[in-house]
Amino acid sequence: MTTRMFGSAIRRREDPRLITGSALYTDDMTLPGMLHAAMLRSPYAHARIRSIDASAALEAEGVVAVYTSADAEGELNPVPCAWLLPNSGLVVADYPSLAKDTVRYVGDIVAVVVAETRYQAYDALDLIDVDYDPLPAVTSPEQAAQPDAPQLHENVPGNQAFHWTLTGGDVEAAFANADVVLHEHIVQQRLIPNAMETRATLAHYIQASGELTVWNTTQNPHILRFVSSAVTGVPEDRLRVIAPEVGGGFGSKIAAYPADFITMLCSKKLGRPVKWAETRSENYQATTHGRDHVQEVELAATKDGKITGLRAKVWSGMGAYLSLAAPGIPTILHGLMLSGVYDIPAIQEDVYGIHTNTTPVEAYRGAGRPEATFMLECLVDRLAKELGLDPAEVRRRNFIPAFDNGHPVVTGLTYDSGNYQGALDKLLDKAGYQDLRRQQAEARENGRYLGLGLATYVEICGLGPSQVAGAIGFQGGLWESAIVRFHPSGKVHVFIGASPHGQGEETTFAQIISSELGVSPDDVKVVHGDTDNTPMGWGTYGSRTTAVGGAALAVTARKIRDKAKIIAAHLLEAAVEDMDYEDGKFFVKGSPDQAKTIQEVALMANVAWNMPAGVEAGLEASTFYDPPNFVYPFGAHLAVVEVDPETGQVDLQRYVCVDDCGPQINPMIVEGQVHGGVVQGVGQALWEGAVYDEDGQLLTGAMLDYAIPRADRLPNIEVHSTVTPSPHHPLGVKGIGEAGTIASTVAVYNAVMDAVAPLGVQRIAMPFTPERVWRAIQDAKEA
Amino acid sequence: MMPKKSYVQAVINGESREFLCEPRQTLLEVLREELGLTGAKEGCGDGNCGACVVIQDGRLVCSCLELAVESAGTEITTVEGVAGRQELHPLQQCFLEDAALQCGICTPGFLVSAKALLDKNPDPSEPEIRLWLANNLCRCTGYDKIVRAVEHAAERMRQEA
Repeated sequence: MTTRMFGSAIRRREDPRLITGSALYTDDMTLPGMLHAAMLRSPYAHARIRSIDASAALEAEGVVAVYTSADAEGELNPVPCAWLLPNSGLVVADYPSLAKDTVRYVGDIVAVVVAETRYQAYDALDLIDVDYDPLPAVTSPEQAAQPDAPQLHENVPGNQAFHWTLTGGDVEAAFANADVVLHEHIVQQRLIPNAMETRATLAHYIQASGELTVWNTTQNPHILRFVSSAVTGVPEDRLRVIAPEVGGGFGSKIAAYPADFITMLCSKKLGRPVKWAETRSENYQATTHGRDHVQEVELAATKDGKITGLRAKVWSGMGAYLSLAAPGIPTILHGLMLSGVYDIPAIQEDVYGIHTNTTPVEAYRGAGRPEATFMLECLVDRLAKELGLDPAEVRRRNFIPAFDNGHPVVTGLTYDSGNYQGALDKLLDKAGYQDLRRQQAEARENGRYLGLGLATYVEICGLGPSQVAGAIGFQGGLWESAIVRFHPSGKVHVFIGASPHGQGEETTFAQIISSELGVSPDDVKVVHGDTDNTPMGWGTYGSRTTAVGGAALAVTARKIRDKAKIIAAHLLEAAVEDMDYEDGKFFVKGSPDQAKTIQEVALMANVAWNMPAGVEAGLEASTFYDPPNFVYPFGAHLAVVEVDPETGQVDLQRYVCVDDCGPQINPMIVEGQVHGGVVQGVGQALWEGAVYDEDGQLLTGAMLDYAIPRADRLPNIEVHSTVTPSPHHPLGVKGIGEAGTIASTVAVYNAVMDAVAPLGVQRIAMPFTPERVWRAIQDAKEA
Repeated sequence: MMPKKSYVQAVINGESREFLCEPRQTLLEVLREELGLTGAKEGCGDGNCGACVVIQDGRLVCSCLELAVESAGTEITTVEGVAGRQELHPLQQCFLEDAALQCGICTPGFLVSAKALLDKNPDPSEPEIRLWLANNLCRCTGYDKIVRAVEHAAERMRQEA
């Protein structure tokens, strides 16, 4: 059992309830006497509120209450920002849940209606009369940083929320001495995360006891409790947050949102359960977006293709307000990763966090790392073209050599372990790279435009040592926790602080327990998502649940094993140091036939009839695991595309990847994470993009207008792996949740640029819609 | 005065069901809120994501786009009716075996949609499966394992037929 369960592609224990329609998500919940809330959102991107008249709405059938900012006065504190970057001049603008005198994006909440039914609540929204005085708006971070741009917040001059800088090595000298300097202007377009479950909150406040229970679609219930307590004033011990089944997050369910606090306020004022569930268009307007970078990048290199320096300026759109973790995304999770898989001796970056009249921006799958990987990997391909080298060869000349216990890079990080050339070699082999190059050459002779795009990446995940969190301004810890409890029958409960929502930890964590303690995974129930019955934890994002929470669990299991060994030794009348353990059995060395099973030990520990002196009853242990370092998964991806020069259509023909997340607990789950991640990144390259007009109206306001990848436009994803354990993780594992997204956007970008290179096309803005590709080809022809 | 609600009778998952609904209520809302069948989800409300699909008189329909009153006299299958009383449908079985889901919110839609496909075409090619399932959105899986699960279920159903 021990060796078989770790690494075994067992079925997911989550799935039976999910495939029968019996799983309950937040919006599936109904409580007796429940009311429904609907939010009145600003139709203007920027406006003063002259007055609000809710009298007609209050008269409407079924309406119980209408609240505006005046009703929240003294009841709701501002929505907090929790990543206060030091040494960056960070200013946090006031972020009220209900807009006071100014609205700053289309979707800002002006009022809430609470009614007996959802229809009645929505009908009454139309009866609220708001007198707006529209103001000029700005939506591009680059334009919002200009001196004459409309100003969003009085205390944020120039709309600049922060200016973060990174300097490592002698960048001036690197560029002064370079044989080759390449420049690239990149727009990482704004993306809408599109978790298939929209956000929802059900709040139930009991006035008699002052207790508030909140069901919410969150990725991190303990953070939501912490923040909700600070905003609503309900003490943490009276506030219970439950994340029931959660339908995907991808970063958009990290933040605590105004609508959540408003729903809590409604229940608090009315003493009845209140549910709010957003529509998809509300989700597009008001649930956080991702990316939105304008990047100016320069790369310095020798004529042999050795990269000697990187210099970048980034204007990072923050939206109208700073969302919970937003400042850390384009800085810590982006700038510190600019050395990538290479030893680059000099790196400098300036990141300007800029407010615009748009939806707040937060983490979105990959969060900062895709934007860093993109910069580097597209320039590495440019360098290969410039020098007439194969892109694989340029990468080989720059890779950090394989290492298994720490490698520092100039940005200040120390990667844990890596074998970047090993991953690329395996990729080239599995993909048949040389053959593909030959096919490409033949196709070109026949007037067909095939392109190959490589991307090699390393990412930072498993956030992270809490001491580092404090040093970089993160207003929380980043450890994870686990409690393991053996019942008298030998069945096991595992309670974790993290909160998986699709990643499958109910299965993989049972596999960890099974491997460590020799019980069947079917005998292990993993409990998560309820702050009243799980230990504190910081949540599921940044590919950290298995990387940090899994470590907490492994350490806890080993504590259980140590205690069980003491009890077993007592039962066998042997000395503890003479005991051995294998596959859930404790025995005196050399006498495996006379063994006590973990189940027998659990029974004795629970009845405690015959315990060793000084040993407490029960077989239970807990751990708060604070990792000594981050983990650094890596890999190499290849996209193969064909571009039709007549129509500009891009056909993604093959996608091959090699990812290294260390030893895999469940390869089937790892493969699924890679599939989904890759497709999300492909979406950015080929189809997706949030578009605002000049007035700040969201033109991509519904699924009809925002192109999410669909099954008929995708090939099979060919997934391979290498295994390089993390030296500091108790199980050697790294994260895999974001890997696919980090590599795939630039892999597809490089493939398309490779395809159209013979046509003289230098640059195309993402997403690669047929029109854009076609126009770029026409422009190149004319030039 | 006209009554606010209409009386509707329909056969849902093989059972005759009666309910009262407002003329403007969608079939999805009635399934979820009146009949306690919360398997179908509202993913978009405008027919783009397929999370709400049901089979109605042999046709796949978005229950968010149909008014509940229009369902009078029809036969409807939701995800709750895909399995038999005792055992899972081969599609559900293959979704389990192939891990064709992650967060699970879109899964009821995919199962119902795939069932409608296999009801019509017991031996679909991969491009046919992909084209059919292009009406359903999934953000977690990248579709690969879903396509595989539908292929395997089709194969199993042909063998059992």
